[in-house]
This record gives sequence, structure tokens and C-alpha cells, in this order.
Amino acid sequence: MPYIFIAPNLLLFSLFMLFPLCYAMFISLHDWDLVGDTSFAGLANYSRLVTDPLFWTALRQTLLYAGGAVPASLALGMLAAVGLNQRMPGRIFMRSIFFMPVVVSGVATAVIASWLFNDNYGVINALLERAGLSRVNWLSSPSWALPSLIITTLWLRVGFCMIIYLAALQSIPRTYYEAARIDGASALQQFIHITWPLLRPATFLLLIINVIYSFHVFDLVFVMTGGGPGFSTTVLVQYIFNLAFASSEMGYASAMGIALYALILAFTVLQWLAGRRSEVAMGGG
Amino acid sequence: MARIRSFPLVAWLLLACGTLVMASPIYWMLATALRPRAEVFAAQPSLWPSRLVWSNIGAVFTQYPTLQWLANTATIAVIAVAITVTINLACGYAFAKFRFPGRDVLFFLILSALMIPIQVILVPEFLVVSWFGLLNTNWGVILPRCAEAFGIFMTRQFMLSLPDELIEAGRLDGAGELQIFWRIVLPLSRPLIAVLVVFTFMWRWNDFAWPLVVLTDQQHFTIQQGLNLLKGDPNPNWPHIMSLALISIAPMLAIFVACQRFIVQGVANTGLK
Repeated sequence: MPYIFIAPNLLLFSLFMLFPLCYAMFISLHDWDLVGDTSFAGLANYSRLVTDPLFWTALRQTLLYAGGAVPASLALGMLAAVGLNQRMPGRIFMRSIFFMPVVVSGVATAVIASWLFNDNYGVINALLERAGLSRVNWLSSPSWALPSLIITTLWLRVGFCMIIYLAALQSIPRTYYEAARIDGASALQQFIHITWPLLRPATFLLLIINVIYSFHVFDLVFVMTGGGPGFSTTVLVQYIFNLAFASSEMGYASAMGIALYALILAFTVLQWLAGRRSEVAMGGG
Repeated sequence: MARIRSFPLVAWLLLACGTLVMASPIYWMLATALRPRAEVFAAQPSLWPSRLVWSNIGAVFTQYPTLQWLANTATIAVIAVAITVTINLACGYAFAKFRFPGRDVLFFLILSALMIPIQVILVPEFLVVSWFGLLNTNWGVILPRCAEAFGIFMTRQFMLSLPDELIEAGRLDGAGELQIFWRIVLPLSRPLIAVLVVFTFMWRWNDFAWPLVVLTDQQHFTIQQGLNLLKGDPNPNWPHIMSLALISIAPMLAIFVACQRFIVQGVANTGLK
């Protein structure tokens, strides 16, 4: 009987998830374009990964993007949560504004950000100029395009981190803080000895979620920079997309998809193990 | 005032500045959408448009197939919500309330495989959809995304807390399993259903990567693709682009205002977005 309830979901799951995943592995072993013949290529697509400088560039940029966006969105999210967990005027309103970007699409965010960062008419450059600083070629210079993407990502992700942290903060018993205050602990000491360690599970969860999000970022990059200027913001998914749908190299694109999947999986397992060990260490200590 | 004193003013000011920064992109979108076009090319734009050009928004509807794009997106989102929520509820219910061989393995398999971002399997997914002849159709966008991990996971969590006695009582009264699900379980799951509907609708409305692969014909575009198309113009009309951005965001902001409680709850409970 339970199978009737599961069947529809399982059917769509097998057809559109499980099968494509296995099929990706099959395709990745072939020279495969959309029009011509396909031929078995063995591991050639995978060895091409190792020697393709653009793959390493895309990987490096993906890691740089994650390395910039993830810690900053966690830190800002935590700050906002700790601040907005206090009683103060306008707190509900401020929380709503921080959280609002969660419902805004990546494309709309990218389009608005492109306008704000516009070299000639963007408001950010206008403000810089008014403050007596020099204009920056945000999206048209290879050195500033990735930072622009990271800043935009922060707008999109900080509120999400804040909500997870707020939920975690609200589960900390008030008595902990009262006891600390009686013992004469300062606000900073309370943060270091109570809040920070008790937020660790939330930090851990957010770290995984945000790293995975960063590894497969696409909408923002595609709309804001298209991977350019040059290849300066070509992240892995952008490169996969170009290979598959611009140069029709389905085999190689699939191999890279599998590599990306392995990267995401490895990171998840690594984080999971590290998290478990630190929990054991804390429990033992 | 007593409340302000109990909280450091400096921290409050910092948070207020943060709020201002977070709100400003949306404000600038609005301000640009309603500006005369000539005014956007000023080196030092004014904070407030010299006059409000509401016709920019009307022009977006007459000069581009905006209405068509909105209708496409709404159709996709509504059908996707109906299918996704129904099958996820059923599936999560089975995982929560039945014992059967292979249950835990299957649950783990589905959840772990569903964590795969669609970006990783763009190529094979594209090929599967094209075999079924679903390229440039709404079904091609809808079907691959219906088996959502989020829905199954949330449903299972929620239904674990429903008392078994209710279901047993239904069985003793001679009700069939589908009847029990429909008459007893679903009416008790209204808050859960609200969360699932809101999130699924939001995701399908905001999707971009997958529709971009499936829908190549401009008449079939979603609103997000339309927005991307306008932005890609070599001579971009920023008031029009910002008007379309506003149009694309407005339904989501309305949902946010009306359902913020559900959205916060969904995010906090699962950490999924």
C-alpha cells in the first residue's frame, strides 16, 4: 500500500534525476556532440580536464568566489542576527528588510546589480565620485568583476544566514546569559563563551549550504558578466554551460559536471566528518 | 525611550545603516523604473526622479511580450505547485507513517540524489527532455523539478508528529488508505501545505538556468528569461529594464509581505533555499 503514495514521486525521480545522473557518466565517456556521430572515448574527457587550463581557471574562480562570499555572508548574517535578536525599536522591520532578498530571483538581482555597478551611469560610481574617490570599472575590468559578483551575492544571502542564526539564537536558554551576568561577564565575554559555541551547529549548516550554493552559482554570473570580461568570472557551471550549449561538446561538459558533483559531494562529506569530530571532542571535553 | 537606552545606540545605528544598504537596490530599481530615460545618463543622478514617468511600465507591456512571459511563468508555477505539492505530500506521508521493506534506504537515496543541483546534470537532463519532445514546452520545465527533496523532507518531519491513533481510528472505521490520507491527514496538514505551496511557487517563478535550456523560443520565455533578454540589448533601456524587474519581483514581494511567517518557518526548519 505505501508504494502507491511513493510511486508518482519515485517515477519522476527516476526519470529526471537518477537516470540523468547515470546517463551523465555514460555521456562523459564519449565524444558526443548534438549533430554528428558519437564515439567511445574512454577516460579521454577526464584526462582533458587535467590539461585544460580553462578548467583550472574556472575551478580557481569558483573557489575564489566561494572563499569571498561564504565567510562574509556568514559573518554579516551572524552580526545581523545577534543585533536584531535584542529588543529595540524597529527590529521587526529591519529583520524583514534583511530577509527580503530571499524571495528575489537571481536574474532580477543580477539586473539591478548590473545597473548599480554600471561603469558610466551607475549610482555606486556616482557616490564614489561624490565622496572624492575615483570611479571603478566594476564589471568591465577583470580584477573587479569577481568582487562585484561577491558583493551582489552578499545582498542575496545575508538575510538567509541571519534567519538560520536567529532561530539558533532563540533556542539558547535565557538563563545562561543571566547566570553569566551574575558572574560579572561582559557582553563580549558572553558572546565568546555562550553565543559563539552554541551557534556552532548553525554555522556548520550554513557553511555547507553556502559552499554548495557557491559551487553551482550560475544565474548571477550568466546575467551580470556572462563569464567575462575575458574569462575572469567564468565559474564552473558557466564553463559547463558554454561547452554544452555554445560549442556542443556534450561529452566533455558531462565529465565536468561529474567532476563538479564529486567536488560538492566531497566537500559535504568532509564537512560532515569534521563537524562530527568537533562534536565528539566537545562532548568528551 | 527606555528601550533605546537598554540597547547601545551605536549598534542600533549600525543596524539601521545595514537596513538602508539592503533596501537601497530595491529603491534604486523603483527610482530608475519611473525616471525619464534622458535622466539616467546623468553623471550625478538625483536621488529622486524629476518627474514620475508611469508610462515606462505601460511601455514594457506594449513593446515586449511581457504579458505572454508573465502568463507562461504563472502557468508553469501553478501547474508545478499542484503536481509537486501533491506527490511530495503523498511520498513524505508514506515515509513517515508506513513501515515497508527498503524504506530507509529509499528515503536516503531520494534525499541524497535530490540534493544534486540541476546545474550538474544540465546535459543529460536536456537530452532526456528532448527525447520526450518537451523542448519549448511548459512540461519540459515543470516535470524534471517535481520530485523536490525539500517537500519530501518537510512532509516527513511534519507527519512524524501526527498521532498514529488518528490513522488507526480511520482504519477501524473501514476507511481506505487514500480516504484516510485525503480526509484525515491532509486537513491536519494545512500549515505544512501552506509552506510547500509558497516555496514551490517562489522557486518556479524565480528559476532561470533550467528554463534557459528548455525554452529557446521567445514566445515561450519565462519572465526571468525576458528580463535577461532586455538586459542583453546592446543599447539597454534602463528604465524599461528596471520596470520589467519591478514587474517580475512584485508578485514575490506581495507573497513575502503576506506569507513572511511561512517563509521564515520553512527556511529555519530545513535550512533549504
